Amino acid sequence: MKYTEEHEWLQVEDDLVIVGITAHASEQLGDIVFVELPDEGTTVSKDDEAVVIESVKAASDILAPLDGEIVEVNAALEDDPGKINEDPTGDGWIFKMKIEDMSVLDDLMDEAAYNKHIS
Amino acid sequence: MADLKRTVYHEIHQSFGAKMVPFAGYDMPVQYPMGVMKEHLHTRSHAGLFDVSHMGQVILRAKSGVLADAALALETLVPVSVLGLAPGRQRYGIFTNETGGILDDLMIANRGDHLFLVVNAACKDADIAHMKQHLSDTCEIEVINDRSLIALQGPKAEAALAALNPAAKDMRFMDVATLELAGAQCWVSRSGYTGEDGYEISVPNQFAVPLAQALLADGDVQPIGLGARDSLRLEAGLCLYGNDIDTTTSPVEAGIEWAIQKIRRTGGARAGDFPGAARILSELDNGAARRRVGIVPDGRAPMRAGTQLYATAEGGDAIGSVTSGAFGPSIGGPMSMGYVGIEYAGDGTQIFGEVRGKRQPAVVAQMPFRPSTYKR
Repeated sequence: MKYTEEHEWLQVEDDLVIVGITAHASEQLGDIVFVELPDEGTTVSKDDEAVVIESVKAASDILAPLDGEIVEVNAALEDDPGKINEDPTGDGWIFKMKIEDMSVLDDLMDEAAYNKHIS
Repeated sequence: MADLKRTVYHEIHQSFGAKMVPFAGYDMPVQYPMGVMKEHLHTRSHAGLFDVSHMGQVILRAKSGVLADAALALETLVPVSVLGLAPGRQRYGIFTNETGGILDDLMIANRGDHLFLVVNAACKDADIAHMKQHLSDTCEIEVINDRSLIALQGPKAEAALAALNPAAKDMRFMDVATLELAGAQCWVSRSGYTGEDGYEISVPNQFAVPLAQALLADGDVQPIGLGARDSLRLEAGLCLYGNDIDTTTSPVEAGIEWAIQKIRRTGGARAGDFPGAARILSELDNGAARRRVGIVPDGRAPMRAGTQLYATAEGGDAIGSVTSGAFGPSIGGPMSMGYVGIEYAGDGTQIFGEVRGKRQPAVVAQMPFRPSTYKR
């Protein structure tokens, strides 16, 4: 699993990249009550606002971690956004991206580097 | 944050793992490890214990020794009937200003030989100065700094408090009494600000921690932070001073004219003679141009404070704005309150709130969003 400074995790699954937010981020946000997902098929550039998450405290944007196309979203979050708190790196995944060049993942943090980032 | 004040419960909050935030100059728990949503639901299903010691406690006594003189003096600052408040009873009140705005909202209790007031933390210094300025000729104004204040709220609150003193059961909504609790003489009211049955308890500081520990020893009682306090009061349709009411909102605009008894209105025996009476009495007779309403957004996205409201999905000027908005854990959806022009204030009116640049549909709705469960 790879990590961004914006507290997203990325996991390669076949030719796609699954994206979610880290347990650390979900704890900081508090109970999540609403997720606004992008349309499947949306093309995004790195740092575009891809998803809006509302917690009991505030609204936050999730930025696209890489250039690519959002090919699938976790529609179950629309009815049960709390999955992100309960299982941020499993059932709480947010979207899957298709990216041109998987090698850009190498520039992201690994788990050790991310843990250092949040400590 | 060394300049933040602490309540006597500071160590207890930390021992329960609270996340502390600055609030009205105090270092207060916003949530515990349970989290805002579960704390909210626990209060609704069991009981929650809230530290509200940051709020101001004030005793008002007439220099004449006659309670009615203190009541009449306070009536010059609040448009409610204080004289009509029976011994052992409490009622909601507001301090108004000369232009009919609201300086603060407060609870007023008749405790036999004196009035006991509870005011908001952020306003307490101003409220006390205001009372000293206007009431000092006739009243002693005693600021209570040696007592803490806690609220025990929820359907299990009665059983939890009755375990310490069975007399708690005999109180009904808005009764006040002195009860011995865990060895302390406590000033108890059957009230609160969550829409639940429950109590607010003024306890001498030296007994405050043992009393809280005695209540928290009950498995049904959990400590609850300010985050859940806010969503609980919003579901109950209750105003937060500084958000939903302030010096720019009149009591009629705010929809709290029920707090102004007939005797203080036009035609009543003690009509007027409070700050802003000209405007407030006129609005009681003729209505106000805008009104605080409940707003239920479609879908799940909350419309938070500051959201601009519109009559139509496109074009037109704003008809008002949201003053409080959040997700209501007990209603399982978003809820807001805000002000709209009176022509849009009817229940069921379709309006739109602009969220992240897009106008989202919402409906004007009755409050409370969740029915309150006071023991009347």
